[in-house]
Amino acid sequence: MRTFDYVTATDVTTALRTVAERPGAKFLGGGTNLVDLIRENVERPDVVVDVTRLPLTGIDELPGGGVRVGAGVRNSALAAHPLVRTRYPVLSQAVLNGASAQLRNMATVGGNLLQRTRCPYFYDTASPCAKREPGSGCGALGGITRDAAILGVSEHCVATHPSDMAVALAALDAVVEVESIRGTRRVPVLELYRPPGDTPHVETVLERDELITAVELPAADAAPRSRYRKVRDRASYAFALVSVAAALRLDGDTIVDARVALGGVAPLPWRAAEAERLLVGAPATEETFARAAEAELAAATPQHDNAFKVELARRTIVATLRELQEHAAAGSAA
Amino acid sequence: MAEVRLRVNGADRRLDIPPQVSLLDALREHLGLPGTKKGCDQGACGACTVLADGERINACLALTVQYADREITTIEGVDHPLQEAFVRHDGFQCGYCTSGQICSAIGMLAEHKDGMPSAVSEDPAAEGEELTDEEIRERMSGNICRCGAYNGVVEAVAEVVR
Amino acid sequence: MTSTHNTTREPVVGAPVDRVDGPAKTTGAARFAAEHDLAGLTHAALVTATVSRGRITGIDTSAAEALPGVVAVLTHHNAPKLNPPKRVSPVNMSTMVSGTQVNYLNTDEVHWDGQPVAVVVAEHSHAAREAAALVEVTYERLPATVDFAAELPNAVLDKGNMLMPTGAKKGDADAALAAAPVVVDSEYSTPQHHHNAIEPHATTAVWHGDELAVHDATQNMAWLRAHLALRFGVPEAKVRVLAPFVGGGFGGKGFAWPGVILAVLAARATGRPVRLSLTREDVYRTVGARTPSTQRVALGAGRDGKLTALVHTAVTRKSPVGGQPEPAVTPANHLYGAANIRTGQSSVTLDWIPNTAVRAPGDAIGSFALESAIDELAYELGADPIELRMRNEPERNPIDGKKFSHRMLREAYELGAHRFGWADRSPEPGTTRDGRWLVGTGVATAYHPQLRLTANVTVRLAADGSVTVRSGLHEIGVGAATVQAQIAADALGVPFDAVHVECGDSALPEGAMAGGSMQTSSVAASVLAACRKLTRRLDTLARRSGTAGRTPAEIVAAAKVPYIEAAVGSDTRIGKAAGQARFMARTARDMRRWQKAACGAHFCEVRVDADTGEVRVSRWTGAFDVGRVMNRKTAVSQLRGGIVMGIGMALTEEAHVDPRSGRIMNPSLSGYHVPVHADIPPIDIAYLDEPDPTMPLGLLGIGEVGITGVAAAVANAIHNATGKRLRDLPITPAKLL
Ligand SMILES: Cc1cc2nc3c(=O)[nH]c(=O)nc-3n(C[C@H](O)[C@H](O)[C@H](O)COP(=O)(O)OP(=O)(O)OC[C@H]3O[C@@H](n4cnc5c(N)ncnc54)[C@H](O)[C@@H]3O)c2cc1C
Ligand code: SF4
Ligand code: FES
Ligand code: FES
Repeated sequence: MRTFDYVTATDVTTALRTVAERPGAKFLGGGTNLVDLIRENVERPDVVVDVTRLPLTGIDELPGGGVRVGAGVRNSALAAHPLVRTRYPVLSQAVLNGASAQLRNMATVGGNLLQRTRCPYFYDTASPCAKREPGSGCGALGGITRDAAILGVSEHCVATHPSDMAVALAALDAVVEVESIRGTRRVPVLELYRPPGDTPHVETVLERDELITAVELPAADAAPRSRYRKVRDRASYAFALVSVAAALRLDGDTIVDARVALGGVAPLPWRAAEAERLLVGAPATEETFARAAEAELAAATPQHDNAFKVELARRTIVATLRELQEHAAAGSAA
Repeated sequence: MAEVRLRVNGADRRLDIPPQVSLLDALREHLGLPGTKKGCDQGACGACTVLADGERINACLALTVQYADREITTIEGVDHPLQEAFVRHDGFQCGYCTSGQICSAIGMLAEHKDGMPSAVSEDPAAEGEELTDEEIRERMSGNICRCGAYNGVVEAVAEVVR
Repeated sequence: MTSTHNTTREPVVGAPVDRVDGPAKTTGAARFAAEHDLAGLTHAALVTATVSRGRITGIDTSAAEALPGVVAVLTHHNAPKLNPPKRVSPVNMSTMVSGTQVNYLNTDEVHWDGQPVAVVVAEHSHAAREAAALVEVTYERLPATVDFAAELPNAVLDKGNMLMPTGAKKGDADAALAAAPVVVDSEYSTPQHHHNAIEPHATTAVWHGDELAVHDATQNMAWLRAHLALRFGVPEAKVRVLAPFVGGGFGGKGFAWPGVILAVLAARATGRPVRLSLTREDVYRTVGARTPSTQRVALGAGRDGKLTALVHTAVTRKSPVGGQPEPAVTPANHLYGAANIRTGQSSVTLDWIPNTAVRAPGDAIGSFALESAIDELAYELGADPIELRMRNEPERNPIDGKKFSHRMLREAYELGAHRFGWADRSPEPGTTRDGRWLVGTGVATAYHPQLRLTANVTVRLAADGSVTVRSGLHEIGVGAATVQAQIAADALGVPFDAVHVECGDSALPEGAMAGGSMQTSSVAASVLAACRKLTRRLDTLARRSGTAGRTPAEIVAAAKVPYIEAAVGSDTRIGKAAGQARFMARTARDMRRWQKAACGAHFCEVRVDADTGEVRVSRWTGAFDVGRVMNRKTAVSQLRGGIVMGIGMALTEEAHVDPRSGRIMNPSLSGYHVPVHADIPPIDIAYLDEPDPTMPLGLLGIGEVGITGVAAAVANAIHNATGKRLRDLPITPAKLL
C-alpha cells in the first residue's frame, strides 16, 4: 500500500476543486473497495478526497413521486429507508443481498456504483490485465474465467461489474446526478457504464473529477411487484454468479410492464431489453418467461469454464418472473 | 504523518500515523488494543469488527483518519451479557473470530431494534420482524468462524434476545 | 483408582464444563502470536515468487530500502546462512516438521509460485508492506509441471510406511469384480483445499545472544523448537517456543512453513525483535494445502448386497521439495467386510509447495469417494443405504482380520436414524418437494483411525489444595486445558476449579503435537499416570501422618511440605529418546493387535432449488462412537466444527489454480468460499459414550472424525433430492443445472 495524502472536504466545491487540481486524486467513499485496491497496489492515488462528510446523505421524496438518494448515503441506510422499502423493494433487497452488514454500514451509494471488478487477475499485480494496466493484455482469457461475463464482453476483457445495487437501479431506470467544476449533469444508470471494447480501463462515462452527488429514482407505480434474486456460491456474503432484478405489472394475465436487469453476467448492470420486449403484451406464463429469457441470452458468449452461467441466467430469470407472477396471482385472489 | 485524534472505548487517544494506516492496524499496532483481530485485511471475514458510534464496521477497510470524530468501541471496551452467553453456549473454539462475532452481534441487535431488514426478511417493507434463528444467521454472515462454532454463536445471541 | 483420601464428589469428566479460557477469549484478553509487544519491535513482510520454477536473476531492493522506516531488506544475497532442513528420519520424528526442503533466502532457486524470495523489515507494518511491493525481482523461468489433470497419465504408485500405508490387498478384488452380479465403478475428484484458520500464521521472534524466544501460531511447539535449533545452529535448550493461544490450525500450523523460519532469520539479521504476520494471500502461497485427488471406487456385490469386491485407488499430488503422500484410500481397508479388497495410492509430482495435513488427511477425501460409491450401490440394488452398510459391517478389520479395539458403528447408525427420523425417508430420488425446493436425505459413515503419542507431564498438588498440571499442550480451540483439568480433578478427587493447567510453552514438559486427533488422549494418559503416582504418594503421607480420609490439601498440609509433585516422561535427551522408543514400540504393538478408530454416522437433509441448483443443508444429525466423551460441550463443538468444514468441502471450497502458471487465483476469503453462518443449520450431535478399552479413560480423538464422510452424506442427499449423482467436489450450482 503506497502512502497518499488524505483530504477531507465538508463542501462539494472544495472536494471538486481538489480532485480537479490533482491528477492523481480519487474520491473516497466508505473505502471498502478503494482501500482494498490501494492495499493490493491495484489503485495508486496520491491523494484521496473523503466525500463522506459532504452534505450528500439525504433520502428525500421528489415532487413527482420519485425519490432522491444522496451519494453519501450508506448502503444499510438506503436498504432500511421506508420510502425505499415500500416503493422500491427490489432496491432494498439488492443492497441487502450484497456484501455483509458491516460493509453495508460503511459503503456509500456513490462508491457502490463505482466499485471495480472482482476479476482475480485484475487483483493480482503479477498477472497481466488490460483494465489495470492498459496494453498489458488479459490474464483471465484462457485461464480461470468461471466468474467472468457472458454478455457484452470484448476480446480484451471479460470481467463482470460486481454491484448488486446497480442491477436494481438499472431495472428502475434510475438517474445519476453528477457534479464537477464544470457544472452538473444527469446520466441514466443505463448510460453510466461503458462496455469494455478495446479500452477496458475506461469503465464509465464519467470524467476522473466528476463526483456522483445523488441517484434519482423515478416515481414508482403503486405497490410495484419487484424482486431481486441472487444466486451465489454460498448462502450469504458472496458475489453473484447470476442475479436478476425484475418487476412485473399485470393486467389480468397479460403483462403490461416488465423490467428485467441482470447482474454477474456482464461488464455492467445488464438491462434485458430484448426479454422485456417479448414480455410486454404477452400472457404471464412459463412459456413466455422462457422465451424471453432465451432471447436475451441468445447473444451470450461464454468462456471455456462459465457456460453454466447462460443456463443459470435463463433459469433464474424464469424463476424470478414466475415468482412475481405467482405473487400477483395470490394478491389478486386475496 | 498525520496527527489523528480518536475516541476509543471512551478515552481520547492521539497518534501520529500516515493516512494509509487502517483503523485495525491503529488499534492493534499503535494503540495496544490487539483484542480486535485481523483475519484477512480485505473485508472478507469480519474478525476485525468494531463499533463506530454503535454501528458495526470492518476496521481493516477503515482508514483511521476517516474515523477521527467517531466513538470507537472494541472488544476491550465491551461489557455485555453476550460475552457470558458465548461461554455458556460454546460460541467459539480457538477464539480468534470471537471479538468480531461479539461486536458484530451487539451491532446487529441494535440494527434489528432500529428496524433494519435483512436479505431473508419475508417482506422488506414490513417493520419489526422477529429475530428468528434464520435471521440471526443471515445477519451474522459477515463473521466467519472457521472452527465452525456457528451453532453456539446463534444460541448465545438467541438467548440474549429472547 | 483406589485411594484412602476423600473423593466424594461428582465426577467432572464428561460434564459440559465451560472452557477455562472463555473469559480471556470473550474479552479480547487472550494474546495470539502476533500480539506480543516487545521493546524495539519491528515488522516484517514477505515478497513471494511469481513463477513456478526458475532462478532469481536479479533483485532490486533500492526503492524498498529507501522508504522511510525500512530497517532491512533480506534476500539470498545478504541473508544469514541457515543450516538446510534435515531429511526426514524415523528415528527423530521432529525431522518431519519442515514444510519443505527448501533453504529459504539461501538459494536463488524457485520451486513453487509463492516461495518467499525476500523479507522486508520495518518499524511499522504499513512500511514493511509498502516496501515489499517495491522489491523488483526478475526470474529465469524454467519449464514447470503444474497442471494436476494433465499429469494424471504420469502417476506413479506410492510406497508407504508403517504410519501411513498407501495400499493393501486381500484376495483378488479385480477378478471378483469381473464376476460380480452387481457392479458400481465410478471416478471421483476433489480439489485443493486450504485450512483457512481465521488467524493467519504469525510469529514474533526475539534473540538474546544465542537464546531465541518465538511466539508462534503452531500446533507443534516441540518439533518446531527442534527444527529452529537445527536451522539456526543453536542448542535446543536455548530455543523457547510459546503458543498459549493459537487461532485455529486444522493441520496448517502443524509444520514449520517459511514464515516462522524467516521471522527468526530476520530477527537474527537485524538484531531486533521481529513480528511477521502473514497476509491471507501469503498463507495461501507459503503454507501447504490439501492435495487435489482423483479416485476410483469399484464395488462388486451379490444381489443380497454382500460385497464381494472393493477396489479403491487414488491419485494425489507430490512435490519435489518435500512432504508426504496423502493416503486417500485407507478407509476402504477398514469399513466393509468385502471378501476381496484392493487399495492403492499413486502420485503425480508437480512443481508445487508440498501438500500438508488438512483436517483428516486422506480420510476426508477418501471417505467422499467410498461413501458415495456405497450409496450408488444401494441405489443400484434398491436397498436402504444403512441396511446395505450393516449387511457388510465386519466383525474384524476387513483387510487383515485384526480385532477392533472397539467398534460401535451399528449402534451409531441406530441412534442417528432414530434422532433424524430416517424411517420417514422416501428412497425414490426427486420425489419430495417443498415449494421451490427439492428435498433429499443421505447418510454416510465417518471414520478416523486413532494413534497416540507420548507426552510429558508434571502434576503438582499444593498445601492450599491447588493442583497445577504442566505440559506443553496446544490450545488451538479444542479446549485442551479445560479437558485435562477435568481429568486431573477426577483423578485426584479435587474440585475442577482447584486445577490449573499450564500449557502453550515449550519450556514446560514436552507435550504432544495437536494433530491427528492425538493430543487429548496422549496427554490424558500421562496426566492419569502422574495423578496415580501422586495418589500413591498421598496415601503414603496420609498413613504416616494419620490423615487418611482427609482431603488431599489437608494431607499435604499435615505433612508440612509446600507441595508434592509427580512427573511422567523426561525432557532430557535420553528421556526423549526413551519416549520416542516407547512410542514406536507401543504403536507397533497396538497396530499389530488392534484396529482402533473413532467412527460415526452422518445424516443430512438438503434442499436443492429446482431452478438454480442452489443447495442448502437444512438438517443434520451426527451420531458418533468416539469412546468416552471428556466434555460434552467442547466435544459437541469439535464434532460440529468438523461437519461445518465438511459442508464447505461438499459445496463451496476449492482453490482455483491457473493450470498455465500454477498460481492460485483465489487466495482470499472472498474468493475461496468457506461456510458462513447462513450455510449452517442447527447440527444435532449424539454420541454413544462407550469407552474404548484400549485408550486412557476410554477416550478417542474427536478432532477429525467429524469431517470424514460429510461430503458424501451431502452428495448422497443431493442424489436423493434430485436424482443427480455428483462425483466432483465442490457441488456448486453450476454442476446441478
Ligand atoms: C468481502 C466483500 C464482499 C462484497 N460483496 C459484495 C456483494 O456481494 N455485492 C456488492 O454489490 N458489493 C459487494 N462488495 C462491494 C461493496 O459493495 C463495495 O466495496 C462498496 O459498495 C463500495 O462503496 P464505498 O463507499 O466503500 O466505495 P469506495 O471504496 O470508497 O470507492 C469505490 C470507488 O468509487 C469512487 N467513489 C466513491 N464515492 C464516489 C462519488 N460519490 N462519486 C464518484 N466516485 C466515487 C472511489 O473513488 C472509488 O473508485 C463487497 C466488498 C467486499 C470487501
Ligand atoms: S478480464 Fe478484464 S479485468 Fe480480468 S484480467 Fe482480463 S482485462 Fe483484466
Ligand atoms: S480482517 Fe477485516 S474483515 Fe477480515
Ligand atoms: S472460534 Fe476459531 S474461528 Fe471462530
